[in-house]
Amino acid sequence: MFTSFFQNIINALQWGSFYSMIALGYCLVYGVLRLINFAHGDIFMVAAYLGFIFITFLFKYIFVGGGVSGWLILAITLPVVMFFTSVLGVFIERVAYRPLREKGAHRLYVVITALMVGLILENGNLALFGASSRKFPAIIHRSVISFSGVHITNLKVLVIIAAFVTFAFLQAIVNKTKIGMAMRAISYDKFAIPLMGIPVNKVIVFTFILGSSLAAVAGVLFGMSYPVLNPYMGMIIGWKAFIAAVVGGIGDIKGAFLGGFLLGFIEILIVSFFSSNLKDLISFLILLIILVIKPTGFYGVAKSTKI
Amino acid sequence: MKKKKLIVVMVAVLAVALLFFSGCAKKPQVIKIGFNIPLTGDIPKVGESSKFAAEMMKSDINSAGGLEIGGKKYKVEFVYEDNEAKAESAVSVALKMIEQDKVIGLIGPDSSKQAIPAGEVANDNKTPMVSPWSTNPATTLDRPWVFRAAFLDPFQGPVAANFGTQQFNAKTAAVLFNLDNDYSKGLAEYFKKAFEKLHDAGSVVDYESFGQNDQDFSVQLTKIISTKPDFLFLPVNYNKVALVLPQAIDLGWKNPVLGSDSWGSAELVKLAGDSVKGDYFITHYAAAGAKGATKVFIDRYKKKYGYVPDDVAALTWDALGVMTTGLKSMKELTGNIEKDRKALRDAIAGIKSYKGITGTMKFDKNGDPIKSAVVVKVSQDGQFVFEKAVNP
Repeated sequence: MFTSFFQNIINALQWGSFYSMIALGYCLVYGVLRLINFAHGDIFMVAAYLGFIFITFLFKYIFVGGGVSGWLILAITLPVVMFFTSVLGVFIERVAYRPLREKGAHRLYVVITALMVGLILENGNLALFGASSRKFPAIIHRSVISFSGVHITNLKVLVIIAAFVTFAFLQAIVNKTKIGMAMRAISYDKFAIPLMGIPVNKVIVFTFILGSSLAAVAGVLFGMSYPVLNPYMGMIIGWKAFIAAVVGGIGDIKGAFLGGFLLGFIEILIVSFFSSNLKDLISFLILLIILVIKPTGFYGVAKSTKI
Repeated sequence: MKKKKLIVVMVAVLAVALLFFSGCAKKPQVIKIGFNIPLTGDIPKVGESSKFAAEMMKSDINSAGGLEIGGKKYKVEFVYEDNEAKAESAVSVALKMIEQDKVIGLIGPDSSKQAIPAGEVANDNKTPMVSPWSTNPATTLDRPWVFRAAFLDPFQGPVAANFGTQQFNAKTAAVLFNLDNDYSKGLAEYFKKAFEKLHDAGSVVDYESFGQNDQDFSVQLTKIISTKPDFLFLPVNYNKVALVLPQAIDLGWKNPVLGSDSWGSAELVKLAGDSVKGDYFITHYAAAGAKGATKVFIDRYKKKYGYVPDDVAALTWDALGVMTTGLKSMKELTGNIEKDRKALRDAIAGIKSYKGITGTMKFDKNGDPIKSAVVVKVSQDGQFVFEKAVNP
């Protein structure tokens, strides 16, 4: 009983880490632009595919003989995937969101555009790679550490650490740096800020770079943990992470981070105590009740500085 | 002015003539068969296998001059439509092919999740349908227009329970299934019933499920492992198998896993890798060690498409075989699609026994074949090796 309890805590920490990392991406863009970037889950999916392509490329042309440490490959892959995912994120912002913003369109239209971008990414991927699921190459040799019946792999530890590190990193950027201050300022008042000489578009581009890099980290780690990729893999997990961000208080980094873990823990504890048949039903009922009691989420404050 | 009028009259005459000739050409020169298969979505390899097998049979028929019905030869034409492995798309695809393409009969959908609703459409619209791979009883139940080429889950469930009991010396078992999938859910229930009949009421020590879009099963597996079953029965699609098994091993699972016929895809080993090796699953035919017509089919398919055909390919071949046998025993094609569909249905229903490449099938009054199942083991080099045949 106790071993499965501890095992489930580790399961929940790992699963919650993914929700958290994706929720942070939603939260960043929302915090600055007040835009729910519904394409974020699909950017995450593209990142997993980019990781798959790059690692396959590495094995095929660079490290042909093998014998290279998996950690080295991961250390090369992550920045490359982060770079290309950022390019994609910035590109989407440039062609799909900025024109609408400059024409002064209502935020609702931009949200719809984001939904469409997500569908375009999914179907573009479908057209490019076909519908077959892809296997993400196993780069790190999984070693299982077990103590008195509780099993944990090196990969799970890595995922949990990555979630905490990205969170700390984002907190530091947003609260301690000048550009972070600019981000918070835009979210506070996007009409007065340009008058202060702050380059709004540059800050927004930076936000998208940050958000997409986050999706890249999550995507590559997700591919390593759940090595079957398909074009629709980002949709549901993206939505769930978005809900997690809302429950945590969207716009607040701490909120998104905790919201992700909260959803992970709720999902896993429900299955371990009730039946797995009721997982989504009960977990979303709980989230609904939380939102009814506190509509702004845990850390959200109604209409004020948010990020 | 006069010239213009003349042209108008000429055009009108021409149009009427064209209409008249096209009216004459109403007698069918080709036979159209529709394929309702998953070319994209969750299990695209299944659709691909169906399509490849169908293409092979089409070129066989057409290069022999066509199908002979009532002393006259007709070429065949296949319409492939993608149902995205979704129930709602399978319904609209079936309707489209019945109403717009005017197909004489439908092959597919492959999985029960789509075949059950699409079967209703075919039955309501009085169009014969043969599902290659669907094993859930509801597909053909009380539907005189719907047939199939695969065995049924009420047969497969007990086969799994018996095999697990004997092979693994098992007294307890756990089940993990996909709640969103009619096939998976139904089969899990049949297995549970059969296994508890063999042992005692609590012998299925854990009975867990997940949703269609779930990727993490760690908590279900933790629960299963803590109840220490002798083996795990996993009636889920091959792409989910590839996610479940590595996670189970990470959590310390060491006992055998028994799968169902939904594992039988050429992609299983590619996606699941080492984690699936050494496990068993129930299927419709074993490619390794096949003889006779089955071997001829496997060799031709492998030569043409580069991989060993999975059971969906073989079953599609047999489903088409059943339909063409029905077509050949019809007296004539009248050109009236409703009459022809009725005649085809009666002809298929009249088939007593059909010798296919997945075994000999005898049809019962529901249009379900009575045929044997095989259990295969996934070997260390990724082959599906014949282990045991189970007769009904």
